[in-house]
Amino acid sequence: MTAPLIITRELRKSYALGGLEVQALRGVSLEIGSGEFVAVMGPSGSGKSTFMNLLGCLDTPSDGEYLLAGERVSGLGSDALAAIRNRRIGFVFQNFNLLARTSALENIALPLLYCGVFAAERERRAAARLAEVGLADRGHHHPAQLSGGQQQRVAIARALVNDPVLILADEPTGALDTLTSCQVMALLQQLNRRGMTVVLVTHERDIAEFAQRVVTFRDGRVVEDHRVAAPRDAAAMAAQLRAEAGVQP
Amino acid sequence: MNLVASMRIALRALRINKLRSALTMLGIIIGVAAVITMIAVGSGAQERIESQIKALGTNLIILMPGSTTAGGVRMGAGSRNTLTEEDGYAIQRDIPAVQASAPTLRGTGQVVGGSGNWSTVFQGVTPEFFEARNWVVAQGRGLEPQDIAGSAKVALIGDTVARNLFGDSDPVGQSIRIRKVPFVVIGTLEKKGQSLMGQDQDDIILMPISTARNRVLGQSSGRLRTVGSISIKVRDGEDMKAAEEQIRELLRQRHRLQPGQEDDFSLRNLSEVLAAREESSRIMGLLLAAVASVSLLVGGIGIMNIMLVSVTERTREIGLRMAVGARGRDILTQFLVEATTLALIGGLLGIALGLGGSLAIGHFAGWPIHLSAEPVLLAVGFAAAIGIFFGFYPARKASRLLPIEALRYE
Repeated sequence: MTAPLIITRELRKSYALGGLEVQALRGVSLEIGSGEFVAVMGPSGSGKSTFMNLLGCLDTPSDGEYLLAGERVSGLGSDALAAIRNRRIGFVFQNFNLLARTSALENIALPLLYCGVFAAERERRAAARLAEVGLADRGHHHPAQLSGGQQQRVAIARALVNDPVLILADEPTGALDTLTSCQVMALLQQLNRRGMTVVLVTHERDIAEFAQRVVTFRDGRVVEDHRVAAPRDAAAMAAQLRAEAGVQP
Repeated sequence: MNLVASMRIALRALRINKLRSALTMLGIIIGVAAVITMIAVGSGAQERIESQIKALGTNLIILMPGSTTAGGVRMGAGSRNTLTEEDGYAIQRDIPAVQASAPTLRGTGQVVGGSGNWSTVFQGVTPEFFEARNWVVAQGRGLEPQDIAGSAKVALIGDTVARNLFGDSDPVGQSIRIRKVPFVVIGTLEKKGQSLMGQDQDDIILMPISTARNRVLGQSSGRLRTVGSISIKVRDGEDMKAAEEQIRELLRQRHRLQPGQEDDFSLRNLSEVLAAREESSRIMGLLLAAVASVSLLVGGIGIMNIMLVSVTERTREIGLRMAVGARGRDILTQFLVEATTLALIGGLLGIALGLGGSLAIGHFAGWPIHLSAEPVLLAVGFAAAIGIFFGFYPARKASRLLPIEALRYE
């Protein structure tokens, strides 16, 4: 068996909030294997977002250890963390976080800008990823000219462009309707089937059920960690929803 | 991330807020234009003074007779007849630092010749005068020693005199009468234009000093051949002060003045007066440029202000860029390039406006304008420096944002 992709040991994070110390994470030890599809659940304030930020190297832990693909990440400097975010992690956000007045292709190519890829190669790779998410003909559209689902797919293409080992999706369906949510989840499932490790934060049980494993947080600790026997198939659900919408126009 | 990519991002960001970018640039445009215009006007004035100094002759000392005191009333410089032609020759002979010493007699009178008559100034001079006062013979010949020895009735006339008497026809070889004494015009003098004091330097006739004394002014050819002034040119590279001291010493000796007795002559170093004038015009130019620089500074502060707003507005964008792998220094570069681009475009427009403004001032106000490459290059450099300097603080602020806080910024 290969070593897990993500290992955290007694990960802690505390903030000073108005002179008061708030403990957001109180010692989280978790292992996530390569190729897993994990949903992180929990009510707001449970620490799941803080955990995601630590996994994404957007924030540094107060204590504990974090290894990503065998590399000890906790304790690295900000430039090294930027490099890890750039090359190893793809982010998908709830509000898409696309640059306004910038074409879909340029948005997708953004991570390549920060690792010294030349313009022609950037464009080529961005176009390939855009085709993968089924928006090949929208390359020169600006985010404002795309629907929410299309924007999220552009964001997923951006997350994929630098061939990361991990996709971190923070409430990726939070701003989408049910059908579009299913379509986005279908895309993530499809990526996972091809071997991509996906960690998803959500507070919707429906969405979490698309994952193979659900980890639940409460008060800064993992309170539940179980495998989903039969994850729902998002593509099938999307097809069904579309069919229902067709019956009742 | 390379500079070309940063430049493109910067241009896009500036295009998104066109009006804001244009207004921010306006500060730099006005500043740079003001600096260039002021330097052009200032150095134009300075250049005019320099050319006047050159026309007058540098290293020039004018020696005048001293003042007389009659019943307690002092009569002013030149009222005594203490300087002689021989003083002039002695200075030339005994002081090695002196290149040319030219005793001069001055008079005014009516001149008749050609088709008209004209009242002008004539000067009785020696051949050294041309060297001392930088006169160049335009046509014909200059004065020769034998003209002086023989009190020849020959004259050289200035441009103004030539035009008033002869119009466009060639005056060389023509006859004129100065105070009814007939002269032959042997040459014309090259144009000098106005003096610093606004006098027409070309309204002049030069003749041998002996002719002026004996035949026109009608002074007795007594033992003391007094002169009105002596123009002395000091050799290039010689110390003016030292030369003045030597001349003073020589004259005191020749005039048998006791120690403690006042000089019976006065030395005037004209180039000193002009140097002071040049200095004041230079300071004026510097002041103008300083005032203009203040507006450039204000423009720079405008850039800083707008960049700070921009950083705040685009906190989310910064957060996203960091999340996908931008390092602090990438963000720093991006905002620095943006500020510098803003300043440089403003600088280039300012240069165009400044050059246009300078030419307009030169054309409509008639002021002398001097355009040169240095202030233009200086302005470009200054504009870029302002962009970097005033862009640095906002850019550093942006680069130090924590990715997670920037991403969550509302």
